[in-house]
Amino acid sequence: MSDPTVRVAERLDILSAETSEGAQGLQERSKTDKDELGREVGAVLRLSGLTLDPNDVDYERRDDETMIINMGPAHPSTHGVLRLMLELDGEFVLRTKPVIGYLHTGMEKTGEVLTYVQGGTNVTRMDYLSPVANELGYCMAVEKLLAIEIPERAIWIRMLMAELNRVASHLVWLATNGMDLGATSMMIYGFRERELILAFFEKTAGLRLNLNYVRPGGVAADLPDGWEDDVLVICDTIEARTYEYDELLTGQPIFRNRMIGVAPLLAEEALALGLTGPLLRSTGVAWDLRRTMPYLAYDQVDFDVIVGTYGDNFDRYAIRLNEIRESVRIVRQCLEKMPGGDYRSQDPKVTPPPRARIDESMEALIHHFKLFTEGFHVPVGEVYSAIESPRGELGCYLVSDGGAKPYRIHVRAPSFVNLQAVPLLMRGGSVSDAITVISTVDPIMGEVDR
Amino acid sequence: MALEDLQHNFLTGQVEDLVRWARRASVWPATFGLACCAIEMMAAGAADYDLARYGMEVFRNSPRQADLMIVAGRVSQKMAPVLRQVYDQMMEPKWVISMGVCASTGGLFNNYAIVQGVDQIVPVDVYAPGCPPSPETLMHAILTLHEQIRTGEILQRRSEGRPTHVEAQSNVWTPDVPVTVRVGTPK
Amino acid sequence: MDARRARHRKGGNAEVIPLPPAAPPGVVTADVMASDLGCFPTTEQYFGLVRAFKDDNFEMCVDLCAVDYLEHLDRPLPDGVAGTRFEIVVNLLSLSKKQRVRLRVQAGNDEPLVDSLFSLYPGTEAMEREAFDLYGVLFANHPDMTRILMPEDWEGHPLRKDYAVGKVPVQFKESPGPR
Repeated sequence: MSDPTVRVAERLDILSAETSEGAQGLQERSKTDKDELGREVGAVLRLSGLTLDPNDVDYERRDDETMIINMGPAHPSTHGVLRLMLELDGEFVLRTKPVIGYLHTGMEKTGEVLTYVQGGTNVTRMDYLSPVANELGYCMAVEKLLAIEIPERAIWIRMLMAELNRVASHLVWLATNGMDLGATSMMIYGFRERELILAFFEKTAGLRLNLNYVRPGGVAADLPDGWEDDVLVICDTIEARTYEYDELLTGQPIFRNRMIGVAPLLAEEALALGLTGPLLRSTGVAWDLRRTMPYLAYDQVDFDVIVGTYGDNFDRYAIRLNEIRESVRIVRQCLEKMPGGDYRSQDPKVTPPPRARIDESMEALIHHFKLFTEGFHVPVGEVYSAIESPRGELGCYLVSDGGAKPYRIHVRAPSFVNLQAVPLLMRGGSVSDAITVISTVDPIMGEVDR
Repeated sequence: MALEDLQHNFLTGQVEDLVRWARRASVWPATFGLACCAIEMMAAGAADYDLARYGMEVFRNSPRQADLMIVAGRVSQKMAPVLRQVYDQMMEPKWVISMGVCASTGGLFNNYAIVQGVDQIVPVDVYAPGCPPSPETLMHAILTLHEQIRTGEILQRRSEGRPTHVEAQSNVWTPDVPVTVRVGTPK
Repeated sequence: MDARRARHRKGGNAEVIPLPPAAPPGVVTADVMASDLGCFPTTEQYFGLVRAFKDDNFEMCVDLCAVDYLEHLDRPLPDGVAGTRFEIVVNLLSLSKKQRVRLRVQAGNDEPLVDSLFSLYPGTEAMEREAFDLYGVLFANHPDMTRILMPEDWEGHPLRKDYAVGKVPVQFKESPGPR
């Protein structure tokens, strides 16, 4: 297939030239200035109270004493296409630079050519493990601009789906985290539990993943008959299985040795870097948008915000495991308190009429036609609306110019900002700890790159 | 490669059937999960839709040990050279399944950032549609591939149907990727 | 219902909060949707204003993005604010006071340049790189002003309004040749 007369060295040069990203990657020490070297630790966070130990950074180290290696973008740690360039001193990591963009999809540009109803299908594929959270953030921003109220039942259905989605996302996290550490049976258990939830999603929304269920004005369809039984089975099964995971992982000495005390994070560092979600809560800051700035009906349900102490890997694992239990608690309360009524707003400018009415009423036909060809118009304005996704604060900044398509849609992805913690957390640890750090930071490259 | 060119008598015909059976009974996929389809691929490898019954649960991390590349997810312009590099590192015989609409045709994202179909970069054997395709669809695609391996039709593709490539100079090796892979169109 | 509607409109409080005491003089403010305060600083006031907010317990910079108003250069803005093509929108969050603030800086028309917030909020490094990559807005004193999402040799800034979406006409390919 390739010309055997070409020397191997030339071929390797061509291959590496094709895939190198120039200035975006990590440069050798001789080509890096002192400020950049000082950013290895602490110096980047020039905060009052956080002083840099001058002995901690070795400015005099030569290029041949350290090695720059490349991890990714196609690598086995199943966190998507993240490319990490590590500078190693033997087994220990000094500098790290994540190179991202390998999954850049131009979703923000595509969002400008899709109508507001179609926008949900675009946004839902950003954080592909929690599609309901993406749609929810987007739809809440649209509804704020539209200034409409959605019915009670729609609010509770959204909450139910969002919490089930949180459970599913944390289960995948447990699965991939276990696999990264070598507990491959955790991978099988996590995905097995998740199938229960995905079967319920398929029954309600039609799709297992990328549901396109939460729409501006409410949800796309009502919950199916017999949903209470399905959800009850899900809650009971998953809650019982979390205790099995405790046995498998939490008390197990090897797991504890690999996770406790590894990659600790301080609260000031987390706030300075803009981290949210389990990363921030692991440092002791009790910030969860569901409790502090409640949206939907979270102020009417009872749940605890799980907070860690040391900010190490084990805390982040424990937070996510317990968030599964808290989410199951919320889902049980949704089961009891689910109100009746409409599942979407009856405003005719936003919601299409029921299909049967199209045959009877000319006005209904016109509304249906306009809504599906042109889309509804949203008043001029701009809004930033944030929710708590399983990874942190997912915000949607929407600018409308009065048309049927957004003028600008920007999604503040929690993983994009959380990824900035990776160089800080990896410094000084070994390569095997680097794997666990990527795993507990839980980046989803779909929303990092958008 | 040599087996197909031989004129078979009944003994070598049996050997070839055996080889084909072996090749399709233990196809090892290379991990190339990119986006949402990767999650469905992992679900296909997990307990409910078990890929181990086909001998495929080992997702080899090194392309040198893999037979099948399941391109699961959207391929961006930045990822395209990496995809080609991983494909080139695989040993013959190798197959490619394009999983999901983004890998097959660019899918929902018809824009500057996504390669409109991974068959512009690597030759694809089976396309699996869906967004994301459920694990059952992926298994159907895999079984279609197995069937093609069993009948031997798939090994004829090396000689025809390659993507067009830039004219190569005499002793410089260039990967045969079409020049139009990167599309940046200012108005 | 009414309390929720008030919250629906503006973050957590029903009234607009005042500027912090150390803010530079002359910053235009307005009531913006779903935040407690909206500020429209000029590029000179921008850094000083953000530092004043940071000293006033706004611990986190949640989001920094750019908008290209090429098609709406005459958009409605408060009095005293001259709209330019590029705008930088910054969202700040105070965890202790549970307040959100939105800043909209008019960055310029042809060669947009604003100060980098990296020395105040190190978490803005990646967000500013993204604004540079996709819009071409430069940030002074940013430690690493390179592209982050597009390949290194990409030309142009894709999210600008005069950059096409890049749609490829959908064509039906004939079936591939015999394998």
